[in-house]
Amino acid sequence: MVSPELIRTYLQEVGDPEIPVLTIIDLGVVQQIYDAEGEWVIELTPTYSGCPAMQQIEADVLTKLQEKGINNARIQHVLSPAWTTDWISEEGRHKLRLYGIAPPVNEPDKSILFAEAPVVPCPKCQSPETKMISLFGSTACKAHYQCLSCKEPFDYFKCLK
Amino acid sequence: MEQKALFEYVLRMADDSLILGQRLGEWCGHGPILEEDIALTNISLDLIGQSISLFDLAAALQGEGKTHDDLAFLRFENQYKNVLLVEQPNGDFAMTILRQFFFDAFRKPFYEALCKSPITQLAAIAEKSLKETRYHLKHTSEWVIRMGDGTEESHARAQAAIDHLWRYTHELFYEDAIDAELQASAQVPSLKAIETSWLETVKAVFAEATLEIPANNWKFDGGRQGRHSEHMGYLLAELQYMQRAYPNMQW
Repeated sequence: MVSPELIRTYLQEVGDPEIPVLTIIDLGVVQQIYDAEGEWVIELTPTYSGCPAMQQIEADVLTKLQEKGINNARIQHVLSPAWTTDWISEEGRHKLRLYGIAPPVNEPDKSILFAEAPVVPCPKCQSPETKMISLFGSTACKAHYQCLSCKEPFDYFKCLK
Repeated sequence: MEQKALFEYVLRMADDSLILGQRLGEWCGHGPILEEDIALTNISLDLIGQSISLFDLAAALQGEGKTHDDLAFLRFENQYKNVLLVEQPNGDFAMTILRQFFFDAFRKPFYEALCKSPITQLAAIAEKSLKETRYHLKHTSEWVIRMGDGTEESHARAQAAIDHLWRYTHELFYEDAIDAELQASAQVPSLKAIETSWLETVKAVFAEATLEIPANNWKFDGGRQGRHSEHMGYLLAELQYMQRAYPNMQW
């Protein structure tokens, strides 16, 4: 018997195309799943408006459900409430760290110019002595940091609220 | 009738985002430093992403079965309704950053106000885009201050960019019958209050940056009616090339 809970379990097998250790459930982009007159509707919310991974995620979701024998599903985009990094699960944060990406930490208000960059511990050696290289990193969701202790550069999954 | 006004309104927003996103994309591989190359193209990606949401809404309002790609790629120059500011050439890094700063300082209070619109799809796009816009505004404000209060050379370039671009900034607050109709029924915010907020941001950042608002008050407009500057045709030639050369192509 197909249920929203079962579909959610299946979606735990769909990885994020850019950060493959995270599932789309860990990332918090799957919203409501419901039956609309015999059709399963999967609500997805983008992390960033222009995130190029979203199209891939949609295709992967439908392919995964077809593999499981669910052919009557469609994707519904939702923009509100807007995605926030608070929706990344604890499990997801742990996986990010193991993968070498620092998970989001609470950041100062964005209206404060030249605010102190947040303390982001190095995901490799855990040192809090790190510095921000650039507000913008390899993808829209990341900033670029360097560890001052082990000298390794690393990605920081920046806080979005 | 209101549906038609709303279509036009959303199209104007979508075109502002698309054309500025296209301009920033031209920096790809040409940034002054690698980090800025990545920053400018990240901002470009956010803007193009926002334009997709807006074009989807516009296409639904139009009701002719068009897609966001049809609207983005297959119109003629006089059918694009963006403000002249966003189509101005990149120039040097100062010109690009000042153009972006003027735009971000407008979009932030604009989106804040639009979040309260009773048109739920439009409010949702505003809510989503606002988070990205705050980040853009922080980035460009810091650069304006760094350049203005930096070296003699960076100060001169930043001031030259302001002197050149100022004439295009007034059009961000241009209002006509389309706005009046939607404002009358409280669907969208008045741009008067947005302009006040914009000017406060500009003055505060310029004060930190030791930069000045130009004395002359030339005002250029026409973009909202599809009358563009000479730069627009070249931009569209590049933007539309693939769809014109290979109709209906898809990635």
